[in-house]
Order: sequence, then C-alpha cells, then structure tokens
Amino acid sequence: MIVAQADGDPFVRWDWIWGHLDLVWEKVLEHLVLTGIALGIGLTVALLLSALALRFRKTYAPITWVTGIAYSIPSLALFAFLVPITGFTILTAEIGLVSYTLLILIRNVVAGIDGVDPAIKEAATGMGYTRRRLFFQIELPLALPVIIAGLRIAGVTTIGLVTVTALIGQGGVGFFILRGLNRFFSTEIVLGTMLSVILAVAVDLSLLGLERILTPWSKRTGSAT
Amino acid sequence: MIRLDRVSKTFPGQTTPAVAELSFDIDEGEIVVLVGPSGCGKTTTLKMINRLVEATSGTISVAGTDITSVPAPVLRQGIGYVIQRIGLFPHRTIAENIATVPALLGWEKDRINQRVDELIVLVGLTPEMKTRYPAELSGGQQQRVGVARALAADPPVLLMDEPFGAVDPIVRGRLQEELLDLQRRVHKTIVFVTHDIDEAIKLGDRVAILNVGGILEQYASPAEILRSPANRFVEEFLGEDRSLKRLSLTPISDVDLVAGPIVEPTATRGDVEATMKEHGVDWVGVGTDGRLHGWVWGEDVTGTAGDLEPRPFSVRLSADRSLREALDSVVSSHTGVAIVDDGDRYLGMLSIEEISRHLIE
Ligand SMILES: Nc1ncnc2c1ncn2[C@@H]1O[C@H](COP(=O)(O)OP(=O)(O)OP(=O)(O)O)[C@@H](O)[C@H]1O
Ligand SMILES: [Mg+2]
Repeated sequence: MIVAQADGDPFVRWDWIWGHLDLVWEKVLEHLVLTGIALGIGLTVALLLSALALRFRKTYAPITWVTGIAYSIPSLALFAFLVPITGFTILTAEIGLVSYTLLILIRNVVAGIDGVDPAIKEAATGMGYTRRRLFFQIELPLALPVIIAGLRIAGVTTIGLVTVTALIGQGGVGFFILRGLNRFFSTEIVLGTMLSVILAVAVDLSLLGLERILTPWSKRTGSAT
Repeated sequence: MIRLDRVSKTFPGQTTPAVAELSFDIDEGEIVVLVGPSGCGKTTTLKMINRLVEATSGTISVAGTDITSVPAPVLRQGIGYVIQRIGLFPHRTIAENIATVPALLGWEKDRINQRVDELIVLVGLTPEMKTRYPAELSGGQQQRVGVARALAADPPVLLMDEPFGAVDPIVRGRLQEELLDLQRRVHKTIVFVTHDIDEAIKLGDRVAILNVGGILEQYASPAEILRSPANRFVEEFLGEDRSLKRLSLTPISDVDLVAGPIVEPTATRGDVEATMKEHGVDWVGVGTDGRLHGWVWGEDVTGTAGDLEPRPFSVRLSADRSLREALDSVVSSHTGVAIVDDGDRYLGMLSIEEISRHLIE
C-alpha cells in the first residue's frame, strides 16, 4: 500500500509523537495486557491439553490437528467470523490470540516433557514419586527451557497479531497503524510499526531472562539436560 | 528379608517369559549379586522387587510383607534404588538430590540437613559439593551421590542395577571397595545386578547366576560357585580363569606359610650353602630377631651373609591379602616367592608350589 503524504509534511513528525506520549503509553500498556492475557490463558490451556495428551497418547494427534487448523486460519478471517458472535470486544480479540498460541505451546510442552531423560523418571518413580508429583516436580521444571522457547515464539507472534485486533476496536499500538492508514498520516503508521517491533524484542528478551532465572541449573553449566 | 516365590514375568506381546518361576531368598544384611548374560532378566527381577515391573505371577515379600499389599510409592520409599545411569535430578542441588526421599516422607528441615551432612561424609564427598548441581560433578562423584540418595531415609533394603557400569575400571574398583566398606557400617540387605562376574565375586556374599529366560542356574557363595560350578553353563560363565578367581577369594592367612631359606647375618658361606641346598635355591634371605632385611645371591657371600648389603624384596604382603596377589608377587620376583609380613615382623613365605597345592585341594 502506498502511503499518501499530506503536502509539505515530513515522513515522521516527531513533534506529533512528543505531543501524544500519553496516548502512546496507553496503547503500549494495552498491547502488553492483551499479549499477557493471551499468553497466560494460552499457556494454561496448553498445559491442560498437554497433560491430557501425555496421559492419553491417542489424544495428541487430534489435539494438534484442531489447534493446527486454528493456527492456519488467516487472522482477519478469524476475527471477521467471531465478531457476529462476540462483538467488538476484548473477548473476541483474546479468543483469536489464544487460539494462535496453542499449537506452538502444546508442541513445546509435550516435546519438553518427552525430552526428559528416562533415567531421571525411572529414578524418581523408583524412589516413590507418584505420577502427579513426577509431573509437577520433575518433568515440568526440566521441560522449562523448551516450554519457554515455545513461549518466546508464541509471544513474538502474539505481539504482531495484537496489532491486527485494531480492526475490531482493540489492538494496542495497532491503533496507530490503523488510524494512520485511514488518515494518510505516515507518522502514526511508522510509530505503530516501530512500537510493535520494539515490544516483540522486549517480550522475547524478558522471557529469555525469565528462563535464566527459573533454570539456574542450566545457567552455570550452559546445558539443560 | 526378601523372598521370591515362583515369580514369573512375561512382557505384553511376548510369548516367552523374561523371568520364569524364579524362587530364592535373601537374608537380612547380605549382599546378593544377580549376574548373567545380557537379557537374562536381571533388571526385570530387580524391578519386580520395587514394582517398577509388576510380576505376572508368583509372590514377592520384603521383610515378611507381600509387596502388593502396600501402594507402590509407599513400598518404593522404603527401598533404596540405584541405577546405572544414576538419574540424579539435574535441576536440584546435590543436597536436594540426597534429600529426595526424606522430603517425600515429610521429614523436618533440621533432620534432613543433618542427614544430608552425614551421608555426604559417609559416601566420601565433601560438604562444599552440597550446593552444586549434578552436572558440576564427575561421573564417580555423581554415582556416590546416587548411593547417598538411595541411603537417605535409611531403608533396610537397597536395590542396585549395574551402579558402577558407567565409570572407568579404576573408579569402579574404588567404588566397589567403598561399597564393601560402607556395607560393614550400614548392614543393608543389598540386591546388586551386574553382568561382570568378577564384580559379582568381589561383592557378593551370595551370587545368583541367571540364564536367559530368567532361569536360576546356581545360587551360592562365590567360593562355593568357583569350587563346584553346578553345570556347564556356570562353568563357562565363570570363564577359563576360574582357578585364578578362586585365588582372589582366598586370603594368605588360609594357607600355612613356610619359614624358607633364611639365615642370620652371622652365617658363613658354608651355612649359606647348606641352607640353599636344603631349599633348592640359589639365594638366601637375611634376617634376625623376627625381621627380614632382604636377600642376597649365595655365590656373592664370601665372609658372612651380613657383610653384603641385602637386596630388598620388591613386594611384601600382609596376611589379609589374597593368594592371587601372592601369585602376582611370586611371578614378578627374582626369588620366586612371596614374602608375608605384618609390616614389621616376618611371617613366612609362599612359593608357587604352595599356591597351586591350595588350588588342587
Ligand atoms: N519393558 C519391556 N518390554 C518388553 N520386553 C522387555 C522389557 N524389559 C525387558 N524386556 C525383555 O526381557 C528380557 C530381560 O530383560 P532385562 O532387562 O531384565 O535383562 P538384563 O538381564 O537386565 O540384561 P542387561 O544385562 O542387558 O541389562 C529381555 O529379553 C528384554 O528384551
Ligand atoms: Mg539390565
């Protein structure tokens, strides 16, 4: 799309940005909240579905099949489909956002837990761990690096997708992109895009930091067996 | 302490049982080693005792209780378990790893800490390792942590599946010594699985030799098995050097030592020649007051034996060493004998004839 310029306006008007810092801040926060909710709910649902898949192996194929379809629907189409049902609400946005995280998260949770050394599981079971304790105290912590790797991909994807939800009246920094397009105002388009990229990098780095904090054992040795 | 009564295991989808009608008893405080060729059912047998594998038929009891009468996790918390690949928890420190079962049992913090400190010393680790993660220890050290972890809640029974299989021979030898040493202090009932017959002979109070299909070929003390193997299979499994293995089980103190060709430093050439002739050798040991200083070639003696600087015996053994070691020292010495002393006092010597006589008996 070619962005038409109002005559005489520079490509980016810094004074406009300085004058609207309050709005920028509000939209950044909204963006983070939308992302945070999507990742939080997505991870919870993914953990439950993964637990199901790990307990009953036969369910894994259908679970990835369904979440795979959700993942492959174009986001615009998904929101267009949901709006008649749930309206221009945050609920609509989150249903879409969460469904995009599920496939990645479930795959990584299952792979992470499958990747735990069988000798460790045997030792734990042999010392009297129950199935549930084994899952929460051994398998889940040891799968953390892989789970967080999935969370990072899901996080970056979600940050990008949130901008699309501007179309249904949500959208965080996507608000600027949409309004810029409507008003042929390049400053807002650039602002929205830059903020989205910065947020993606920031979320990625924070999750990486979270991994470092949560897995001190792999930090010192550089491996996460 | 542990009783297997006609225990069988057939894995799902298999026609032949991995273990068939296996029965044997293990007494309290003894080390029983299960040994046999790969795939003969050693691990399966061991895992049936802590129900990691459920027996298809037959009964197993530990301390008089049928193991199926308690929930499996409870049963397992009362039985120490060490496996070849150790299975330390990489996300927990050494102290936390050792504290695993006490924590499961809900011990108080102080009691756990005290127990961890005790065990660290018991298995020969240093307290500064407590805060490390498993990846920061050597293989041998990790294996010691594995043993400490299994001992943590002081279970009467310890199951060990090739615990020293993954470490190099030198470390393995040391870990074996340490286990025997540990056992003298803790008196556990230990079931130990290995496919190494030498390890079985070294560690076992009794050895169960299994054949493919989990068939018990012989169950006896190592000495008994070496002296009279039950059948061809056992004989072949023991290998060609069965006699040498027997020697390694017999302490020097079991045989009568002879004084040998020993003269006082004041002995003349004539005395020396008479002694050499009597023993059929061309050297004499020189000693006095129950000490043996060394030896000299007879033909070098001109004045008295004490005029010469005595050559040292390359090896001197104490009486608790094995005949196998005595044999090594015999074949590697100029004099063809093994000198036995208690570090100070000369006790006597052993010749190759004496050693082989013991074998033939
Ligand atoms: N989970 C299982 N499912 C099916 N068959 C099994 C299983 N575990 C063991 N087996 C089979 O049972 C037999 C005995 O296995 P086991 O592991 O007890 O042997 P082992 O004596 O410990 O051998 P190794 O010295 O190689 O460890 C083998 O033929 C093996 O293939
Ligand atoms: Mg085995």
